[in-house]
Amino acid sequence: MTALFYGVELSSPLMLGTAQYPSPDILRDAVLAAEPGVVTVSLRRESAGERAGQAFWTLIRDLGVPVLPNTAGCHTVKEAVTTAHMAREVFGTDWVKLEVIGELDTLQPDVFGLVEAARILTEDGFKVFPYTTEDLVVAERLLAAGCEVLMPWGAPIGSGKGLNNVFGLRALRAHFPDVPLVVDAGIGVPSHAAQALELGYDAVLINTAVAKAGDPAVMARAFRLAVEAGSLARKADPMEERDMAAPSTPVVGKAMLA
Amino acid sequence: MSNKPHILVKGAGVAGMTAAVTLAERGGVVTLYDSGGRVGAGASWMAGGMLAPWCEAESAPPEVTEQSIESVDWWAAHVTDVTRAGSLVLAPARDVGEIARFGRRTSHFETIDGAEIARLEPDLAGRFHKGLFFTDEGHVDPRKALVALLARLEALGGKAVFSAANEPDETGFDWVVDCTGLNVRQDLPTLRGVRGEMLLLRCPDVELHRPVRMLHPRIPIYIVPRADHVFMVGATMIESENAGGMTVRSMTELLNAAWTLHPGFAEAEILEMGTGLRPSYPDNMPRVVQDGRRVFVNGMYRHGFLLSPARAREAADIIFGRAA
Repeated sequence: MTALFYGVELSSPLMLGTAQYPSPDILRDAVLAAEPGVVTVSLRRESAGERAGQAFWTLIRDLGVPVLPNTAGCHTVKEAVTTAHMAREVFGTDWVKLEVIGELDTLQPDVFGLVEAARILTEDGFKVFPYTTEDLVVAERLLAAGCEVLMPWGAPIGSGKGLNNVFGLRALRAHFPDVPLVVDAGIGVPSHAAQALELGYDAVLINTAVAKAGDPAVMARAFRLAVEAGSLARKADPMEERDMAAPSTPVVGKAMLA
Repeated sequence: MSNKPHILVKGAGVAGMTAAVTLAERGGVVTLYDSGGRVGAGASWMAGGMLAPWCEAESAPPEVTEQSIESVDWWAAHVTDVTRAGSLVLAPARDVGEIARFGRRTSHFETIDGAEIARLEPDLAGRFHKGLFFTDEGHVDPRKALVALLARLEALGGKAVFSAANEPDETGFDWVVDCTGLNVRQDLPTLRGVRGEMLLLRCPDVELHRPVRMLHPRIPIYIVPRADHVFMVGATMIESENAGGMTVRSMTELLNAAWTLHPGFAEAEILEMGTGLRPSYPDNMPRVVQDGRRVFVNGMYRHGFLLSPARAREAADIIFGRAA
């Protein structure tokens, strides 16, 4: 029942981003509290050039959690592909979370560029985790391009608005029952994460919600508990929703109303 | 005379300058040395110079606020042009929620409305409807301040050597206080550099009396007025040790913030684009580390002007014993 991400079982359905923390020490405290299955790390090109981000990347590697590098901040296919190659070299992994940003204000993915970049990278041996929308057709194209995982957004990056289109996310889950799905972006509070797992998503990716909390380590722990609750709820097979009350004890001596 | 310690202070950034002056005031015979050829050849020259103990609590641990409150007075006592006019925190209309968050995490401010913003900063009249006013904060021009500290050191009998060819021999000193930032990574291996980029603009069309922080969920930026209609706009925080020139992305972010604050910045002249690497420990807090007769003052991160006076005192306490 546990999803395999390119053949690998993660120790937790929580993926934690490493950007925007007040300090590397606080980041480490948050990772210890979150116990994430992977940490993501962004390789901005200005950091990657001449290994200028080495000091920070060493801190990330020393966390002892599998690393999923990302191409955050890339706006073109070429940029994303170049950054993915740098990431492979720096972190020695062929996993990459692929972001191709299409619109600056919402940081919405450029799904056309995403599919193209995914094809280029999978042909080059990368295992691509594409940051996409909940669009079913785009999902099909990404799978056809060689992706074996999909990461639809819940809401725009950093917005904290939760699962904006529950119907769409449910439809994606139903259409691709065997593809590992991760809600990436938009999760603001732990209940959003629990909700994603209750919907049958295999993991969630959180960054801003933890990094920008007043106490990131405490929030990280809250998310760890939330993903545990969501996973357990999913396993336990939740009840169906009903429109009317269903009394849990017989209502004796009352007229039966139609 | 003979029992006055001879102290070599290496590094003429804000950590070294505050240490040199503090040590000379405590009775040390101080020689200041910097291989960079002048005072402030490193990241300190690019600093904002905001003396903002309470604003910093938004993202820094409480110790930063506690330890930096004295720095406003320290700077006012040591350099002439400390401005104590408070600081303003504003947000573009769509990000106004960020002001509430900022307020929850800080203290010592008044929540002010558009009329009060216009009274404090007439050029911003009608542009913002809500803000925070940190009344007790101040700001200083870092470059003038560093130059003033050098004059102060020399007035106290200290001497400065800025030529790499004449590097003083450490064996001639009782103590070495090393404030050379990332140059001593072999001694302080957890140090890393955090890249920052800043702009200096000249804009006769805009007048501001105090630093303004523009909140935005991704890229908070501040604008600090200097003399003669010059403004410092900063600063990026990038986990990178690339000290190369400013990127277009960073420049666009900084300029957008300035333009959002006041469209008059569209006509500003760009005087300077600066990049610096902030020496930082993993907790982003500066430390004073003693190793025999050597004392390292390092890791100022983005709090050099705020925290260096307290760290200089700590270094002086190691050498002279705790002051009464």
